[in-house]
Amino acid sequence: MPRLRLDVALTLLVLAALALAPLLGFGANHYLTLFARIMILAAAAVSLSFLVGGAGLASLGHAAAMGVGAYAVAILDAHRLTDITIVLPVAIAAAALFSLLTGAIAIRTEGVNFIMITLAFGQMAFFTASSLAAYGGDDGYTLYDRTEIFDSRLMENRLFFHYLCLGFLVLCWGLCAMLLASRFGRVLRAARENPLRAQAVGFAPYPYRLLAYVIAGTLAGLAGVLFANATEFVAPAYMSWQRSGELIFMVILGGLGRLSGAILGAVLFVLLEAWLPSLTTHWKMIFGPLLILAVLFMRGGLIGFLGARRG
Amino acid sequence: MAEALLSVQGLRKHYGGLAVTNDVNLEVLPGEIHALIGPNGAGKTTLIHQITGTVAPDAGRVVFAGNDITRFSLPRRVHAGLARSFQITSIIAGFSVLENVAVAAQAKSGSSLRFFRASASEEALNEAARNALAEVGLVDRAAIIAGALSHGEKRALEIAIALATQPRLLLLDEPLAGAGPEETEKLITLLRRLKSRYAILLVEHDMQAVFALADRISVLAEGRIIASGSTAEIRASAEVRAAYLGEEELPC
Repeated sequence: MPRLRLDVALTLLVLAALALAPLLGFGANHYLTLFARIMILAAAAVSLSFLVGGAGLASLGHAAAMGVGAYAVAILDAHRLTDITIVLPVAIAAAALFSLLTGAIAIRTEGVNFIMITLAFGQMAFFTASSLAAYGGDDGYTLYDRTEIFDSRLMENRLFFHYLCLGFLVLCWGLCAMLLASRFGRVLRAARENPLRAQAVGFAPYPYRLLAYVIAGTLAGLAGVLFANATEFVAPAYMSWQRSGELIFMVILGGLGRLSGAILGAVLFVLLEAWLPSLTTHWKMIFGPLLILAVLFMRGGLIGFLGARRG
Repeated sequence: MAEALLSVQGLRKHYGGLAVTNDVNLEVLPGEIHALIGPNGAGKTTLIHQITGTVAPDAGRVVFAGNDITRFSLPRRVHAGLARSFQITSIIAGFSVLENVAVAAQAKSGSSLRFFRASASEEALNEAARNALAEVGLVDRAAIIAGALSHGEKRALEIAIALATQPRLLLLDEPLAGAGPEETEKLITLLRRLKSRYAILLVEHDMQAVFALADRISVLAEGRIIASGSTAEIRASAEVRAAYLGEEELPC
């Protein structure tokens, strides 16, 4: 199956390029900022792809889980708690708990109802964040410090941060791929394709789906921690449904059926988003139609397109 | 008389004023094929749904291997040993033939909350799946994507999936529906072979197959069992002829 290998090869190439970029003259701050954005959003998109493409749960509230992780950083920062030994467990617990509580309700529904209820939970998180006056409210919150790693300011080293984001992206990809191939993932895939069949061999899909939802939300929360550190700023917009929509778009743009599609989709999306404004101030007039055309004419996303070209 | 494996007792289901299942009693003994027949609209599908757990009855009990399973969910009934096939073929079209069966074997083999090892590399599951596929004659098709199988092969795959759950009773809902004459012949041979090891409740429209396979036949009409007995008794029953009158002559 050359098509399967092609998308993985291309993704590995992209990851290698990201790994080498700082050494090949792309080490300037504005490049590293762009790369960090690509890698963090790609990691969040991979976790969403695991949920949508793997478990069949099309969440339109994934950014909220990411925002919960980011807000964990911000709120702790306001109380001068910046060490990773505190930030990381709190962020993980908060994102997991948020996903557990919202997922426990949302997964009882299916199809459009699931999309709408995750959207609703996402907007609830967005408005809750907007109302946190002590942490910036509508305007967002600027961090005093990046997260410290055992009292060291390693996160402020831009090169270290670059490779941390890259490592996290690779970890997300590997973890989600491993989960999908495991017994657990097999039940998820079976229940996605044919829920009645899954039940008729003895699996009640609900607990498996809920666990998948919590895992994906937790990974998104971790991406949120990195995102807060990358921008040294946290705002309610991180949780908005637009951001969730962008993540969904990255997943579909790359190709829903494969985790690597989420990475390729995120790269393409963020690069376009960065490049188009240099052409015209009305760049969204180009960006929107371009995305629509991409979905219309690239069935199966970028991966499907490449596969079709080859075949 | 041996203890019944499956015993349906006084089952009732109403949709509005319509009694779709009206005081149905039914038993399946170990190792027998009990066929359930009846004209269209007799309530066979609703009865099946209540036995498998997708529809809750208004009254009555379903007892399986001595346990009251009336309130069990579908997955729990499968774990108790009651496997089913569907009237409309229900397989996982995107999985390989082998994985379709392996996922059923997985349900019977320890926890599925395992996250590290690739499930496709678990030889014990693949072995169990291959055994079930060999049973139905599909073992050389194991690597194919299930959606690419012929209709008759898909029906056989469904039976292999059911076998992989290590059932005590197979509930086959029109396993021959849509199969061609040659495929039908194969499936009948297969069912006859399975009969010695599994109790089977067979819902089927193909009367020739029913009379060839069944040890006992129950006839459902307008939600009630109007006759139950050996194939000879059912053939001779005037009531059964009456129920079928206007739809089709009772063949054979």
